[in-house]
Amino acid sequence: MIKPDRENTGRLTAGGDASSDGTDVRDEHAATHGAPVAHFSMTVNGQVRAMTVEPRTTLLDALRGELGLTGTKKACDRGECGACTVHIEGRRVLSCMTLAAMQDGKRITTIEGLARDGNLHPLQAAFIEHDGFQCGFCTSGQIMSAVAMIEEAKAGWPSAATADVRSPFVVADLSDAEIRERMSGNLCRCACYPNIVDAVAEAAAGS
Amino acid sequence: MHPFALSRVDDPAAAIAAHVRDPEVAFIAGGTDLIGLMKDRAALPARLLDINGLPGMARIEALANGGLRIGALARMSDVAADTEVRRRFPVIAEALLFAASGQLRNMASMGGNIMQRTRCAYFRDEDDPPCNKRRPGSGCSALHGFNRNHAIFGWSDACVATNPSDLAVALAALDATVVVRGPAGERTIPFADFHRLPGDTPERDNAVERGDLIIAIEVPARAEGRGSHYLKLRDRQSYEFALVSAAAAVAVDGRRIRTARLALGGVAHKPWRLTAAEAALRGASLDDITALKLAIATSFTDARPLADNAFKVELAQRIARSALVAAGARA
Repeated sequence: MIKPDRENTGRLTAGGDASSDGTDVRDEHAATHGAPVAHFSMTVNGQVRAMTVEPRTTLLDALRGELGLTGTKKACDRGECGACTVHIEGRRVLSCMTLAAMQDGKRITTIEGLARDGNLHPLQAAFIEHDGFQCGFCTSGQIMSAVAMIEEAKAGWPSAATADVRSPFVVADLSDAEIRERMSGNLCRCACYPNIVDAVAEAAAGS
Repeated sequence: MHPFALSRVDDPAAAIAAHVRDPEVAFIAGGTDLIGLMKDRAALPARLLDINGLPGMARIEALANGGLRIGALARMSDVAADTEVRRRFPVIAEALLFAASGQLRNMASMGGNIMQRTRCAYFRDEDDPPCNKRRPGSGCSALHGFNRNHAIFGWSDACVATNPSDLAVALAALDATVVVRGPAGERTIPFADFHRLPGDTPERDNAVERGDLIIAIEVPARAEGRGSHYLKLRDRQSYEFALVSAAAAVAVDGRRIRTARLALGGVAHKPWRLTAAEAALRGASLDDITALKLAIATSFTDARPLADNAFKVELAQRIARSALVAAGARA
């Protein structure tokens, strides 16, 4: 059945055809803002965060505006540049093209969650080592994308650069051409691509 | 984006009932097309129904008979990585891998992929120029406007847009079917009938009716499945929609074509099967380039390029031939 309110999940709430029990907070919000709100929680960089946002709020806007995690960048806001890349359940996704309220119970990782015990993630270190950026605006998206991309390669996923998709793929097959293709969803207007490829290649080799 | 309500559903019957009851409801799965459409104000649903919790609908099943059943909620990346998909129908894995980016493929569902709307810049323009798809009856800005990316087959004065899905081209070539459940029960739509030509009603992209929920895509066992390949040409090498693409699948006796399946993307409002060429290719040698050219040309007698896209007529024939030869090398 449809469960738009608290009856089953205890969290996700949204307006519209939800059956109201008269105590629903969203009705108060609707009265003051004229728009429905959603209540849910997600785990961001290991911390459970209770959220109250309008259903139209993207995950990107929720991370930046509600949680103050401004490491994730908002550039095209249309799924065309990759600057907003984060991980949901370990997978790289575009946070501008998904709704925050659809992430109820999900585990989100942003660039702020990569370092461990004060030590940079190997990809962060590799970007510094190889000078993989100039202005830096695309960098958090590049790094989040690359971290998950290496995991995809380890899992044997082929790409459009793979000579024959019928053959097994292993991480050692991650040539520069493979890295370029797999990272093509992350644009860099400073065109630091050669250094980005070097940084990713080093991290992949060391992983 | 405009304000809307969001709820989620974990039962297909409830999803279908809510959708048929309320014309302002839209299903959302991966959201990678719908959210873009909402940002561009090309879709303004009042209520979204999150169908990601529908049980069992993300399964990818390799059937004992050699076919596949792919749940509508399976993600593009999972299907492209599936070893049986790659082995049985490499053209499907390739079509998926040549589409979008790693991030988008992790998000986008298979059902949503074949439902995605055209990338015609007039249709996507938030300034709302005349577009019969966006606003029926308002006219077509592309017909005499910038139409380099538009159709060369099957267009009407009302709409010259193309379908942007790569996956759909592969599924059309393989004569896949779409399992759809609606208020009257379940039905199976042959892929050739899934997308439609624009005619006088370009606002309708496909055969899906209000209340319909795509359940799965089925690919029957095909003699040509293993000998299949997808080729895509675009203005940049990656992360771009097709100018022209081709899916080819072939069964051979030695170097002779026993049967061929060919479909083009980027040339029409739907994936464009080259049925005349397929018939003409029977018995041809994969090494006889002239014979292949002549056979493929039989499907281009009704090509009608627009002011800016005559190049597609030649390009499409070349890519069809290249895809066919590459498919033949696998057969």
